[in-house]
Amino acid sequence: MRRRDFLAAGAAAIVALPASAQEVHDIDPFVNAITSGATPEAGGIDIELPQIAENGHSVPLTVRVPSPMNELDHVTAIHVIAERNPRPAVASFHLGPWSGRAEVSTRIRLAGTQKLTVVAALSGNRFRIMKKPVAVASAACIDEASL
Amino acid sequence: MLGRLSVPPTVKRGAPFAVRVIVQHPMETGFRRDYDGKAIPMNIVDKLSCTYGGREVFRAELGSGIAANPYFVFYVVARESGPLAVEWSDDRGQTGKVAADVKVA
Repeated sequence: MRRRDFLAAGAAAIVALPASAQEVHDIDPFVNAITSGATPEAGGIDIELPQIAENGHSVPLTVRVPSPMNELDHVTAIHVIAERNPRPAVASFHLGPWSGRAEVSTRIRLAGTQKLTVVAALSGNRFRIMKKPVAVASAACIDEASL
Repeated sequence: MLGRLSVPPTVKRGAPFAVRVIVQHPMETGFRRDYDGKAIPMNIVDKLSCTYGGREVFRAELGSGIAANPYFVFYVVARESGPLAVEWSDDRGQTGKVAADVKVA
């Protein structure tokens, strides 16, 4: 091997490493598992998430689904999926008409700049989906072991 | 396991009120290594639920994507005065519980 080729191969390997550590997952299987194959309606969810998250270890998130929250029409669940996390299923929250307001806040981990997906399950087997881009300055799990 | 729960001092009947809960837990992802290079085993709170008036009003299934010391805010409609409790368990079977009294004005 020529010295030039060797250096080029080494540089390529270094560049490729962090990318493979936090690949972007296909989230369709996660969405399908929630909706049982039904196509969710796009929009109708407010996602409060910073545009730029300084620290991916703790990013404040608020999800709000406009809904009358009565017996006939209410939100039954809110699912949060992060496509670039090593485990994309972040959390599922189960609500009902007794919640009065379909709103949940928490703090999540984000392993890099990505689009966060929220799927809301509504009564009557209806679903909504919404994505929100978020830039992460210092990602969580960047020095993770490859397990 | 330690946690803190906060509800408003008094709530209005029929109106939703905010329940805030924080659980003291490392939420270890299983991806980190210690200084000797050994993998730190995964340890996360994977279930959390809230009961009020003898009925479950909120339930969450959590993964390693939730930050350390999990914090949640959610809403419940005030019906009558009584205890509100939040319980959780981690993947090693450790459980915790915090409770507060809801006073309907």
